[in-house]
Amino acid sequence: MKMISSLFIPIIVLIVIIYAAYKKVNVYDSFVSGAKEGLPMTISMFFSLLAMIFGVNIFLNSGVIDYFFDFLKPVLVLINIPSEVLPVAIMRPFSGSFGLALLNDIYKVYGPDSFIGLLSSVIQGSSDTTLYVITLYFGSVGIKKIKYALWVGLFTDLFMVIMALIIVPLFF
Amino acid sequence: MINKLWIGLIVTGSLCLILTGKADLLNAQILSSGKATLELVMQIFPLVSLWLGIMNIAKESGLLDKLSRFIYPILHKIFPEIPKNHEAFGYISSNILSNMFGLGNAATPFGLKAMRSLQDLNKNKEEASRSMITFLIINTCGLCVIPTTIISLRILYGSKNPSFIVAPCFIVSLISLIFGLVIDRILGGRK
Repeated sequence: MKMISSLFIPIIVLIVIIYAAYKKVNVYDSFVSGAKEGLPMTISMFFSLLAMIFGVNIFLNSGVIDYFFDFLKPVLVLINIPSEVLPVAIMRPFSGSFGLALLNDIYKVYGPDSFIGLLSSVIQGSSDTTLYVITLYFGSVGIKKIKYALWVGLFTDLFMVIMALIIVPLFF
Repeated sequence: MINKLWIGLIVTGSLCLILTGKADLLNAQILSSGKATLELVMQIFPLVSLWLGIMNIAKESGLLDKLSRFIYPILHKIFPEIPKNHEAFGYISSNILSNMFGLGNAATPFGLKAMRSLQDLNKNKEEASRSMITFLIINTCGLCVIPTTIISLRILYGSKNPSFIVAPCFIVSLISLIFGLVIDRILGGRK
């Protein structure tokens, strides 16, 4: 598996360059003129990212979520869900780095091969940071009305957590 | 929508910090987010440029066109609004493939390129088109064959079988992707 993923990038790069050379494209010039687009693209990303990191950081560091967890804990115990997993599930759509930090803590306390460790890994690995994807992609082309996109994204994230709770015990 | 969410995040977060007497932490958060964003962007910038360069070679040699034509029969069902063999298919499939193999840094520039070509097809430039929403649902689901970051974190903590999560991750994200696409179909009013 590691072998495949470490060969993946070099093989793609080689195929692209050899095919272009065969088609007699000026590969070097083509690379440089494509790469030049990197600066305007990065700048167009900066401002929507800034807005999102600003909002999400204030919210995640405020402790609001801790109150919410304390409130939900008795309910989770009732339906037999380990409450340690809840922060990972709730953070997932909002921040990738926060989620990884939580996963780090869970591995440290319970170990990566424990049930809680596996469940959190699957929740973290089965979705992307919905809020980041939506703000970044729509922001980059100037879309103002996103219609139902965010709702479907968040609702699917919730569904994903429920599926993880059902499927992971089958593997454990 | 994002507007309301953003206001909600900032107002609840700020009020909570002020009421619990942690105004200094709030100050630090407000002032540090610019630096945090800049650091993130500085990490992404060289990789975005690199992949855009490689992508441009693929585009000029006609390889991207070939990919679009190859992938059209599969993606046509999911994106009925995109015209046949349009370059958007090439960018969309590059984005999905990079996500599947855990190359987040390559997926982002391809995804932004895909959004631009979808915006060219879009009639109302301020409103999200159906294809855009479908494309973003696929991205937020993060269908992944090799979750590279998590596997390396598992190795770091001495997991006996670091790639054990590959199968459950793939199954869970595939099911939720299908779920998301179905909901998107229903809300988008497509048959």
